[in-house]
Amino acid sequence: MEIKGERIIPAKRPVVWAALNDAGVLQRSIPGCETIDKVSDTELNATLTLKVGPVKARFKGNVKLVDLMPPEQYTIVGEGQGGVAGFGKMKATVTLLEVDGGTRLNYVADAQVGGKLAQVGSRLIEGTATKLAQEFFDAFEKNVVATGGADASDETPAPAAAAPAAEAPEAPMPPAAANQDPIGAVPKWVWAAGAVAALVIAMFITGMRG
Amino acid sequence: MNATASVPGQHGATAGGPQVGRALPRTEDVRFLTGRATFVDDLKRPGQLHAVVVRSPHAHARILGIDATRALALPGVVAVYTWGDIASIAQPIPIRLAPLEGFERYLQYPLAKDRVRHVGEPVALVVADDRYVAEDALDLVDVEYDTEPPVTDVHQAEADGTLVHPDAGSNIAARYTVSRGDPDGGFSRAPYRRRETFRCHRQAALPMETRGLLAEFDAMQRVLRIWGAAKVTFFNRRWLAKVFSMEESAVELLELDVGGSFGVRGELYPEDFLVPFAALSLGRPVKWIEDRREHLLATNHSREIECTLEIACEADGRFIGLRGRVLGDLGAYVRTNGGVVPAKAAQFMPGPYRMPDCEFEVLALMTNKTPVGTYRGPGRYEANFFRERLIDLAAADLGMDPAQIRRINLIGPDEMPFPSGQLCPYEPAIEFDTGDYPMAFERALAETGYGEMLKAGNVAADGRLLGVGLACFVESSGAGPSETGRIKARPDGGIDLFTACSASGQGHETVMAQIVADVLERPVEAFTLHHGSTTLVEFGYGTYHSRAVVVGGSALHRAGEKLLAQGRAWCAQHHGIEPSMIDYRAGRFLRRADPPAAGGEPAPLHPGTFAEIAALADAGDTSAAAAIEAVAVFEVKKRTYTYGTHVAQVAVDPETAEVELLRFLAIEDIGRAVNPLLVHGQAIGAAVQGIGATFLDELVYDDSGQLVTGTLADYLVATATGFPNIEVITLEAHPSKLNPLGVKGAGEGGIVATGAALGNAVAAALAGLGVKITDLPLSPERLARAMREARTRAGAN
Repeated sequence: MEIKGERIIPAKRPVVWAALNDAGVLQRSIPGCETIDKVSDTELNATLTLKVGPVKARFKGNVKLVDLMPPEQYTIVGEGQGGVAGFGKMKATVTLLEVDGGTRLNYVADAQVGGKLAQVGSRLIEGTATKLAQEFFDAFEKNVVATGGADASDETPAPAAAAPAAEAPEAPMPPAAANQDPIGAVPKWVWAAGAVAALVIAMFITGMRG
Repeated sequence: MNATASVPGQHGATAGGPQVGRALPRTEDVRFLTGRATFVDDLKRPGQLHAVVVRSPHAHARILGIDATRALALPGVVAVYTWGDIASIAQPIPIRLAPLEGFERYLQYPLAKDRVRHVGEPVALVVADDRYVAEDALDLVDVEYDTEPPVTDVHQAEADGTLVHPDAGSNIAARYTVSRGDPDGGFSRAPYRRRETFRCHRQAALPMETRGLLAEFDAMQRVLRIWGAAKVTFFNRRWLAKVFSMEESAVELLELDVGGSFGVRGELYPEDFLVPFAALSLGRPVKWIEDRREHLLATNHSREIECTLEIACEADGRFIGLRGRVLGDLGAYVRTNGGVVPAKAAQFMPGPYRMPDCEFEVLALMTNKTPVGTYRGPGRYEANFFRERLIDLAAADLGMDPAQIRRINLIGPDEMPFPSGQLCPYEPAIEFDTGDYPMAFERALAETGYGEMLKAGNVAADGRLLGVGLACFVESSGAGPSETGRIKARPDGGIDLFTACSASGQGHETVMAQIVADVLERPVEAFTLHHGSTTLVEFGYGTYHSRAVVVGGSALHRAGEKLLAQGRAWCAQHHGIEPSMIDYRAGRFLRRADPPAAGGEPAPLHPGTFAEIAALADAGDTSAAAAIEAVAVFEVKKRTYTYGTHVAQVAVDPETAEVELLRFLAIEDIGRAVNPLLVHGQAIGAAVQGIGATFLDELVYDDSGQLVTGTLADYLVATATGFPNIEVITLEAHPSKLNPLGVKGAGEGGIVATGAALGNAVAAALAGLGVKITDLPLSPERLARAMREARTRAGAN
């Protein structure tokens, strides 16, 4: 099934990027996120504990980035295992554009679910996905505001790792930045979007366990 | 379940007269309505363990490894069984019916060996102290899969690009062609021909009670007992005994109360091996109860067929023939029901009409979906839809009324018995035994006011679109080869009846008592039917194909007659009278007045009842003991054929595509109704099941072979308020000549033409919009799409 959506983050792209560069922001924005472990520059594992209704369960997700075209577009390939609850696979193409009033993040995902998740959750997935994306971006926006990003202009001092990008937002990520980036050469917002994909899968699985 | 007949007194035989034909409430109802029935999950054995099945989440994958270490470490987990544990004794699940050539390549072992082929396939069995622990342990059995692309429809299967069973080399499990008459000649000379492709959707029979088993090895008697058996207990016992290297007599399959079968319960499934295997291995009772999601995944599916069908007619509408191609989706394995579903669809394709020249190619195809088995009217529901829909399309082309085209083609009473040819490769040629098909058809039209309904036009006052649909059918029942009945009288006046026909809610305890009550002239309360155990009679074939009353009832009838003859002979011997001078009346033997012309009343004999003879038997009289028990086998070679017509009138909302069933009538001649009340219930139930299936039920798979309708919120079924306008009429116009009771099966005629009649009714309603109905189900979503597309087409023109 196809899941798509978009969201305007009320900050300029470099600022968004800067905020997303903050692991704390990321973790605070993903509900139930326990750990994010970097496997390589383009792969991470996440563990989430989620509570939906009366059900609480742990979910393990793996996200890989392919076809990187920083900072405009990339594809996330995500896979989540919820054990007996089933599994989910997602391939999402994400684009980030500067627009009036901030940065528009747009995602189109092709999701496939299996096992118990497919049997009992298929009809709920679209609705749940929308709700989860909303929750993530609400939290994310709040965190951007909290770090002062929302009202920030280009002149606002950004965290160190953000600086090169802020100066040349349209340019490909300089290799040097990778060394300063706690997660790697890939902008954090990429991971955030990937985490959303994983989160969405996780929520379907765990939400359906009852 | 053993139960004493306890029909309330006012319904009893004290009323006198024949019991067969009386609308007695079910004996069984008392325990059902007072909460005293015992279903398999109600049964608890001391020290019992609970099993749950680890099932594949993938439609198609290789198993790279299974690691149960974490599961076994969970406190309360007793055992985890995988292929390696059963490999030394496991045998593939056998084919019981319709063994088409080539099927042996597609059999299933009780646990997956190195490949899973459908979501829900058993991979391991977890046994634990309680169900909770067992369920938790499911999460801890680590199975490593390497997924492969799945085959999810018949066309993909036929193309053989991806193989469900790579070793077999093809997804075409069987392919054959059957014919009668001269199809080539008939079609080449036909002035009118029309061909369409039809599809029938995958459905679940969905009994209220899911499957369940409780197995226990009795170490003292060295007997393996398995409760929760149903349908074909003797067949399953024979296979289990062989697999476990036990004497058949050391394996007992015991039936409890059953909450519905409709064909799917009681077949030999993987769990039927796994649960007793665990009980034998562990030396403790093991219970497994299927949950509803599991049921939708693991219990046989049915019905999914695509059929390209062509009809040939004379210019005046007389049928020349039918030919077509039947693509049956059998799912991932060939199991006990073999190729019944597509084979029966082909066999019943010509229906109750003169249709001289027929030819059908049948393909049984493997897909990565749940295996398919029989479900109430297997193949018939589908075939009737295909044929009756095509007949309506032909009638429209020829400018004929749908009633008229049927009227001129129905087989007449003077043509009985009607040879229908050999249209099934594993059965001999068949013939429809008795009937007046036009009579039932005209009666259906008269009862529903067919002409009046048509006069109402196509648009109702509220703007909804009206349509009337007709469908005729012929339906087989009463399959052989035989059934055994045993009767034994007791000193207390009761009479025990024993049958191998298992019950799943039909009311056997009531109807079997009615049948023998008439033979032995005793009230129905005197009889207790014992069924549901392989210990009661020597052998039996079970309950399917609407055969329990036809074959099992006839066997008991015959045993009753035999008992009567034995009693008469015993009295003659004991009292020193000529047998011809002994009468039998209301349960007692009497000495006829000699000479009868003298006008004297017959004199009651003492001892002269079966109770009195049984008392002597109890006291050690061996000749009496021999007299009070009779066993009879009833053998049949030919089947009985019911027939009838379904009429439906619908109103379709042109905006929402919601269909309201305004009127529905099912009329069927079953030869003779032993108990009209139960027959009526069966007919109504079958109709509702079929109507629900036509509008609501659909097992949906996505492209990756995942079942996406795994709950009753996704898999919709008819509920009590859904279809209130249902009428059924049971005719007893043409009793069968193939059994002493004149009966034919009563369980399936109510369902077999529902899809056909409703399809025709909805098609008639939407014909004006240019919507063509060729696929089931008739869900609002599908209809709305078809209506939208038709409007777009109309707009484009």
